Amino acid sequence: MNSDQREQQLLRGLVENDTKAIQTIYAGNFSLIQALVLNNNGSYDDARDLFQEAMVILYEKARKSDFKLTCQLKTYLYAIAKRLWLKKLKHHGLFVSNTDLSILEPVIAVEEDLEMAEKKNEEFEVMESAFAKLGEPCKGLLEAFYIQKKSMSDLVSIFGYTNTDNAKTQKYKCLMRLKKLFFAQYSK
Amino acid sequence: MIESLERYFNDEMLPEEKAYFEQMRLENPELDHMVVSHKIFMDKMAEFASRKKLMTNLRSTHDELLEKGTIAEDQKKISKGKIIQLWHRYKKTTAIAACIAGLTALIISGVISTFGTASRQTVELLSRDIEQLKKTQDYQYSQIKEATKLPEGAVVKSGGSAFLIDGKGYLLTNAHVLKGSSAVVANAQGQEFKTSIVYVDHVKDLAVLKITDSDFEPVKTLPYDLKSTSVNLGADVFTLGYPRNDITYNKGYLSALSGFDGDTSTVQISLLANPGNSGGPVFNKYGDIIGILSTREANAQGVTFAIKSKEIVQSLEDWNEKDTSAIRASALRNTHNLKGVNRENQLVSLQQYVYNVKAYN
Repeated sequence: MNSDQREQQLLRGLVENDTKAIQTIYAGNFSLIQALVLNNNGSYDDARDLFQEAMVILYEKARKSDFKLTCQLKTYLYAIAKRLWLKKLKHHGLFVSNTDLSILEPVIAVEEDLEMAEKKNEEFEVMESAFAKLGEPCKGLLEAFYIQKKSMSDLVSIFGYTNTDNAKTQKYKCLMRLKKLFFAQYSK
Repeated sequence: MIESLERYFNDEMLPEEKAYFEQMRLENPELDHMVVSHKIFMDKMAEFASRKKLMTNLRSTHDELLEKGTIAEDQKKISKGKIIQLWHRYKKTTAIAACIAGLTALIISGVISTFGTASRQTVELLSRDIEQLKKTQDYQYSQIKEATKLPEGAVVKSGGSAFLIDGKGYLLTNAHVLKGSSAVVANAQGQEFKTSIVYVDHVKDLAVLKITDSDFEPVKTLPYDLKSTSVNLGADVFTLGYPRNDITYNKGYLSALSGFDGDTSTVQISLLANPGNSGGPVFNKYGDIIGILSTREANAQGVTFAIKSKEIVQSLEDWNEKDTSAIRASALRNTHNLKGVNRENQLVSLQQYVYNVKAYN
């Protein structure tokens, strides 16, 4: 298997949320991006967050059916991380000197992907804030069903409902509320 | 209502029910809007769920890899990063500072070399002292070429002097004289005897040889005492030894109560000693032993050091504690046998007890 095919496989694994694939990508690329952040006024926490953000962007890109990676995975991640970090530095008013800027200039065009990622981020945040406003026990119930993909009978035992029908009714009520909260922000 | 929507999306409806539902959708725009918005919402929800899952997965992966050591967040790397940062930030300043420091150093050394002649002299004096401290001590032994009782093929490694400390044939010498594995000794008449090395004290640089030849005639009493009391500065001393193959007399005086570099186990004697004098006895004017000649200063003439007899006594006592076959220092307790005898007659008596040592391999 050549390296291209291996990378395609890794990306498929990433889309399927396969732990092994994620570990492989993580182990192969994290140090590089960590060094980038550390050498440019960043901390360890910054490096971790930045790398994970870049991974999410890669994930979103890989999910698309028309997805095609035109360069090496490492190059792509590095380019994304550079762009993101430069943005963050500017955002915090930490201007970098000219030499550092040229170091940070991405070698491949990733602007489009970043825009896409930003949109997705917004959606994500809207959903997250909707969840936050929902309050317990609805939040826990919906998270258990839709995110952790627990079965109805599990929900009955976890949340102490008398039967599955009862749990279902409760879940529908919660979902209706979440939907309302979501669209209240999303349509804006 | 939502239940039917979910069933609709999950394809759980019966065909006629589905047909009816789709019919309803066409007739009722409100219902259609609801279906569409619900679809969007559920898609977003699914995206949210998978992304949330990915993030959890990423976090746990990070922790796991950290634990495994595949990636690192340790202090060492932090400091490395910081040092690089600091270097990037301050390299210009550092370069300027280094230039100024270099220039200043040059100017100061120039000024000192121009105006500092007076202070230079003391530096030279100091350096001479340092030189003196550095000087090594010369071991005084000679290479002896001829050999008779030596085993065939034996190579003489070193030689020196020794003297009897017990009439039964025990000789005291310096440890450094015995470079080889065994030694032969010769008396003042040139008669040779085989010996075995019975005791070596490398710390005090002392060694005891025992004559093993049967033709050696034991001496009943030795005419000298191993004087362990202190000696006075300026006391006349003399020595007998073998800087050459014939026994040689030499005299001097006690010039300091400590030895090389303040060593209190030795005394300094002003006496011209030569290689081969090592291990020779140092007598006071009464013919009693006050020490054993061991070293001299390499770069100064007539500065010789002798190990104090007190040290000899101590070494023999140490030996006694470890070994029952050891001889006792108290064997030498015949005080002042040669007191009042003139030097020539003293030497006639004493030279019988001083031996020439040839150590070989």
